[in-house]
Amino acid sequence: MSKYTEDDLKVELENKEYEYGFYTDIESETFPAGLNEDIVRAISKKKNEPEWMTEWRLESFRAWEEMTEPHWANVHYEKPDFQAISYYSAPKKKDKYESLDEVDPELLETFKKLGISIDEQKKLAGVAVDIVMDSVSVATTFKKTLAEKGIIFCSISEAIQEHPELVRQYIGSVVPQRDNFYAALNSAVFSDGSFCYIPKGVRCPMELSTYFRINQGGTGQFERTLVIADEGSYVSYLEGCTAPSRDENQLHAAVVELIALDNAEIKYSTVQNWYPGNKEGKGGVFNFVTKRGLCEKNAKISWTQVETGSAVTWKYPSCVLKGDNSIGEFYSIAVTNNFQQADTGTKMIHLGKNTKSTIISKGISAGKSQNSYRGLVQVSSRADNARNFSQCDSLLMGNNCGAHTFPYIESKNTTAQIEHEATTSKIGEDQVFYCNQRGIPTEKAIALIVNGFSREVLNKLPMEFAVEAQKLLEISLEGSVG
Amino acid sequence: MLTIKNLHASVEGKEILRGINLEIKAGEVHAIMGPNGAGKSTLSSIIAGNETYEVTEGEIVLDGEDLSELAPDERAHKGVFLSFQYPVEIPGVSVTNFIKTAINEKRKANGQEEMPANEMLKLIREKSELLEMDRKFLSRSLNEGFSGGEKKRNEIFQMAMLDPKIAILDETDSGLDIDALRIVANGVNKLKNENNAVLVITHYQRLLDYIIPDFVHVLIDGKIVKTGGADLALELEEKGYDWIKQEQEA
Repeated sequence: MSKYTEDDLKVELENKEYEYGFYTDIESETFPAGLNEDIVRAISKKKNEPEWMTEWRLESFRAWEEMTEPHWANVHYEKPDFQAISYYSAPKKKDKYESLDEVDPELLETFKKLGISIDEQKKLAGVAVDIVMDSVSVATTFKKTLAEKGIIFCSISEAIQEHPELVRQYIGSVVPQRDNFYAALNSAVFSDGSFCYIPKGVRCPMELSTYFRINQGGTGQFERTLVIADEGSYVSYLEGCTAPSRDENQLHAAVVELIALDNAEIKYSTVQNWYPGNKEGKGGVFNFVTKRGLCEKNAKISWTQVETGSAVTWKYPSCVLKGDNSIGEFYSIAVTNNFQQADTGTKMIHLGKNTKSTIISKGISAGKSQNSYRGLVQVSSRADNARNFSQCDSLLMGNNCGAHTFPYIESKNTTAQIEHEATTSKIGEDQVFYCNQRGIPTEKAIALIVNGFSREVLNKLPMEFAVEAQKLLEISLEGSVG
Repeated sequence: MLTIKNLHASVEGKEILRGINLEIKAGEVHAIMGPNGAGKSTLSSIIAGNETYEVTEGEIVLDGEDLSELAPDERAHKGVFLSFQYPVEIPGVSVTNFIKTAINEKRKANGQEEMPANEMLKLIREKSELLEMDRKFLSRSLNEGFSGGEKKRNEIFQMAMLDPKIAILDETDSGLDIDALRIVANGVNKLKNENNAVLVITHYQRLLDYIIPDFVHVLIDGKIVKTGGADLALELEEKGYDWIKQEQEA
């Protein structure tokens, strides 16, 4: 038997194509590139939106025009040309499907390749899937069961039509139009996304799940998600993403708003695996996302995220702890390999009394990547007895990557208790040798070590998602120790 | 079983092993003793395939197969086991999860199916009892916060689970109190049979009170300079190593 060295392994893995790098040939209707008021109006018209929505978009557009791109994040990339992007792309088929038989077989094939076919999903008890493919939702399942409980789970476009009062009341209430450059852009041109409303006192009986996918070449994707948990309700929401490989950079600027009213709880989990670019750092998705949740009295919001993809990530799922006794949690695993750059973390804004927040961040860097944690813990003067615990652990693989931690703490109340712990470690040759000696090959050993490192966060994911996340970690880090 | 022929090895250009010859047959227990820096731990690392060391000459043959070209994990699959002097910590990976992974990787390499969960549990229970290990211990992160004794007991537990052909115990007695030493030695003795062999590497002879060697080798300056029976260990304990060195020089 000839010797298979780590070098061979590295070569093999570098040559391995991005696992999900395929392209689905579905006819799309795409707007010409560029952005102006006419395009914004056209998007709104295309979606048959009411006047207030069109106006809201235009306000956002005008705000955006006056803003400049932020540059404070610890990432370097070529600025996208916003006039070269097409702002609307929808699969041609207009009608909604009554059953799976009516769905474009190619689309179904795509989901099969992803290993998340609707069929499979349907069988996975308790998971309803609202699939966003190139901006327009094309299939929604389990709607009936949800409807019986009064739960609304649909595309945001549909919600604008069917539940305008809810959308109008809450959209932009947590992430205002002018919040930041990309939030303003998203507010102007968002194409679609998901909407979810859980009525008072209802516990959503299943995990709500959305799979996002960027599909059409050169189209930016501007998703808008709005989740409202009315008083005393509970919902667990899953978001998973994969994208086909592509040469030019693709811009993704989503906005997610969560509203947890009194005594409500929202658990929001994300597994993100967008194309990170090839091993020379060419291509890949730019992921500039604004995610924020608002907690009223005794409410709780948990963000859990596993980020393995994208060339450049800029993302800070945050909690505004407005109500007394409200709780915010952030559990994150961010993996960067090759030339990926991630600047990610959270903001915990303590406004109410006895508010609590927990931050567990695990950053894993390999290759020539740069991985930054940026977190803000802010305690206002009225937030008596606010408590925060933050833990930021970084794991390095090899000598060419970087891990950075930027914790910001601002406390205006002397009763606040804020703890911050941080560690940095490296996967040691001795650890790998130890595993090897027990018969565990290097690649598997690394997966084992990384999974151990990430365990606290993986444990927070719903079961089926945790398995997928573990697989992703393995794929993302294959061959990264040499 | 294991034959080492004229083994030379160096690290960063410095020669540490200068021609080791050793023949270990199935059913035998061998001990290698020697002063600090003689190359004892280097020898065990090299048998296990640690690539920090460069083998410049000689060969290591297990059951007729030359191990030189095999990676450490492949050697493990062939039945080489090393109980580490300083076992490493792997945070977040439980003792159970680790050994389960190791066993299934070995089975996979040997063309077998994964071990069924109930069989695995039974085996874990049986072997942890042999080492008098607390059940809670099995769900702790591997070696993290373990006492010296717990680490070594865990090494022998893994050995029991993996059932190797040749087990190398590198300074397994260091950091053990007398009770833990007895438990560990008892474990090794129970695992010992006609088809496997044990190579004990030790500084002191006290472990050899419990694991009785068939042969004792004295390693000085990268060479085996003297071989004898169990009584040689006692003699070394009493007289130290200087008399052998003098014997060599004479």
